[in-house]
Amino acid sequence: MPNQHSETPLLETRGLTKVFGSLRACDGIDLAIAPGEVHALLGENGAGKSTLVKMLFGVLDPSGGEILWKGNPVGIGSPAEARRTGIGMVFQHFSLFEALTVAENIALALDGNVPIDRISEEARRLSVEYGLPLDPSAHVADLSVGERQRIEIVRALLQNPELIILDEPTSVLTPQEADKLFETLAKLKAEGRSVLYISHRLEEVQRICDRATVLRHGKVTGACNPREETPSSLARMMVGSEVASVSYAGAQEPGDVLVEVRSLSAPARTPFAVALRDIDLTVRAGEVIAIAGVAGNGQSELFDVLSGEVTVSDAESVRFAGMDAGRKGITERRLMGCSFVPEERHGHAAVPNMNLSGNLVLSRYASDRKTFLTGGWLSLINQGPVSAATRRISAQMDVRKSLEDPPAGSLSGGNLQKFIVGRELDRQPRVLVVNQPTWGVDAGAASRIRQALVDLAKSGSAVIVISQDLDEVFEIASRISVINEGRLSMPEPAASMTRERIGLLMGGFHDGSGHAQAEAVDAH
Amino acid sequence: MRIELQKRPVPSRLFAVLSPFIALGLTLVAGAILFIALGKNPFDALYSFFIEPLTEVWSIHELTVKAAPLILIAVGLSVCYRSNNWNIGAEGQFIMGGILGSLVPILLPGFQTWLTLPLMLVLGMIGGAAWGAIPAYLKTRFNTNEILTSLMLVYIAQLYLDWLARGVLRDPNGNNFPGSIRFPDAAQLPEIMPSQGSAHYGIVLALLAAVIIWFMLRYTLNGFEIKVLGANPRAGRFAGFSQNRMVYFSFLLSGALAGLAGITEVSGAIGQLRETISPGYGFTAIIVAFLGRLNPLGAIAAGFMLALTYLGGEAAQMTLGVSDKVGRVFQGLLLFFVLGCDTLINYRVRLVWRKATATAGGQA
Repeated sequence: MPNQHSETPLLETRGLTKVFGSLRACDGIDLAIAPGEVHALLGENGAGKSTLVKMLFGVLDPSGGEILWKGNPVGIGSPAEARRTGIGMVFQHFSLFEALTVAENIALALDGNVPIDRISEEARRLSVEYGLPLDPSAHVADLSVGERQRIEIVRALLQNPELIILDEPTSVLTPQEADKLFETLAKLKAEGRSVLYISHRLEEVQRICDRATVLRHGKVTGACNPREETPSSLARMMVGSEVASVSYAGAQEPGDVLVEVRSLSAPARTPFAVALRDIDLTVRAGEVIAIAGVAGNGQSELFDVLSGEVTVSDAESVRFAGMDAGRKGITERRLMGCSFVPEERHGHAAVPNMNLSGNLVLSRYASDRKTFLTGGWLSLINQGPVSAATRRISAQMDVRKSLEDPPAGSLSGGNLQKFIVGRELDRQPRVLVVNQPTWGVDAGAASRIRQALVDLAKSGSAVIVISQDLDEVFEIASRISVINEGRLSMPEPAASMTRERIGLLMGGFHDGSGHAQAEAVDAH
Repeated sequence: MRIELQKRPVPSRLFAVLSPFIALGLTLVAGAILFIALGKNPFDALYSFFIEPLTEVWSIHELTVKAAPLILIAVGLSVCYRSNNWNIGAEGQFIMGGILGSLVPILLPGFQTWLTLPLMLVLGMIGGAAWGAIPAYLKTRFNTNEILTSLMLVYIAQLYLDWLARGVLRDPNGNNFPGSIRFPDAAQLPEIMPSQGSAHYGIVLALLAAVIIWFMLRYTLNGFEIKVLGANPRAGRFAGFSQNRMVYFSFLLSGALAGLAGITEVSGAIGQLRETISPGYGFTAIIVAFLGRLNPLGAIAAGFMLALTYLGGEAAQMTLGVSDKVGRVFQGLLLFFVLGCDTLINYRVRLVWRKATATAGGQA
């Protein structure tokens, strides 16, 4: 383990810069990580955190500046070189083969030919040592997200790194799983290893990090000891100014029932999908129902069944505004007044290489047939009104673009998401179902989208928001439900819901007795 | 060492337009080298191959006769390939269209009215579409690979035609030569300017089809559906478009156009049903479709270009004494360079000298 004088940082960057075209994703970043410290890298989405760590891990070449390892300038040309230097990384999105076992997945990432038995043995030893329970012979497909993350951590530890980079490690974990991770980090720190911890969750950073570097728009805006700061002072460094908070004008009288899901079950369509089990959900006009849950618990399957991309045999199990919809396709459900925003922007909600006006037609050609189509049976696309609507939506949602009608793929994630949400809001749907509305979207765009969802509900529509982001859930929901392994907990009023209770529900602590428990809480 | 293709962040628009021309230039260079290797003067050879056929009126007529089926088929294939359905069996659909359309004059030689020809053309389209429906059914019902099934059906169609022309449909007064009776006048697609050359109305049908399909792709919701499903099946499903319906639509359309090409070839250029009716038009049209950048209007220009390789092959055989297979070689070279140029527009080549090392979590 490093036995350096503590004044020589383990890793230091000086003026590190990365330019993409005209965008300076990282602009003169100075960063110093001391041996044996847990160092936080704070910043919003798009602040340049990922670009910075990709340069540190050899995935991207810097455009300027230098990286020093123990005081000596180094060039890190590839992840393999980074690992040889002593840097390990756990990515936010895992790269695991679901059909292979834990040990096989670890073997794939190692240089050279190491017998699989030795890997299993080593992985077992490490997992015990660091409190990361893991069965090397288990298939990845059977593991929870938390367990999958442990594979990535063990994989990094096998290289005996002096610096471990963790990219948003808790974004996919339940609060309980996150606590376990923090214990592991404390162990690593006690051994004198350094950790670079990337996050935008302030409480976490305050809890486990010794120092923090804050990025905004590619520049360092602050370096501090997070324990001496308040969450709001950290947030200011991150966001620059106070974020406009969503105004939600209290609980209103809910109106008519617009969405009625009754004992909806759907089998898993692939070996790695989640089966939906006995889902009940009622949403009235004026309500925003949030469905919280850890990724991969049936959210996208539930969305597909609600949107009609996947139909079910029981027509009455999904009803919109009193009409049976279970067997209807997505177009017919749109004609009932429903709108849908899926999670994946590129290639699901939008065709990236098609321009915005084309992407407007994509989801609205049937519902706005009279405006957008012309020429009778020829069904010609009426470019005039389509372009006008594209302009209207872009202005309404403040979509920033360099051309009048650019390809959807050229927009940043936040801007494209604003357009996609705006595309559905523009037709004033009676029912809106959104999956992860602000995933990967910067704070400004996210608050705009959340406000728009709340406003839609206020105007008398029913809104269902599926989200992993608990802050978002509490910000906009009137009632909250949790999805776990394809089961949906009974929705509870947001006012009486706590984070701890959501954490328990996420962890599956409502099996069988879920409804009874929920009622017990309601009674308080 | 290994060679890697790295996706370019932004493909050059200029080179996307220039690509077919660069491919053409490279084909000529490669062709020149080929002729040198054969011991011929490359300039004379290329002249007689590509320029000479354009210097006489009758051979320009011949050019349109060859271009018509190529364009008709390629227009249909463009729609297929745009929608991500890989119909490789246009040759078979061409043959089945030729057979079904020919049944009218062969079985009903006395039926000679103004209706004869339109009926033949419609039957030709039905024959091609029906043959195209088989791989579509297999793909939607059993999830088979349409590239294989459509290709295999070509050989069935070829052998079926061979059997018909030598067997049940053979002209009883034909001295045992394979081939049907000669079609009566009412069953022959007329020539446009009979005094000057052999060009028949097939080229008019081809141009018409190209313009109609271009319009459909460019302006209609149906064309939009084709492009969306071809680019992103998942987004297509979100839009409420049916993937299976598109498989049928694209195969029926391209089959019908190939069948139409088949019957115009039989009734316009040949005048009877023979044991072979196509010098590989259905396969060459694949090159036409890609050279035309899967755009029906592009297919017109590309169709004439490839038609020239057929004529050039014949010319080279006569004036240079080389095999007419040289024409096929040129077609192959052209397809190779077109696909090569298109690939290099979207990807850059990178040589990796070191041994491959796995990158843990290389994505993110």
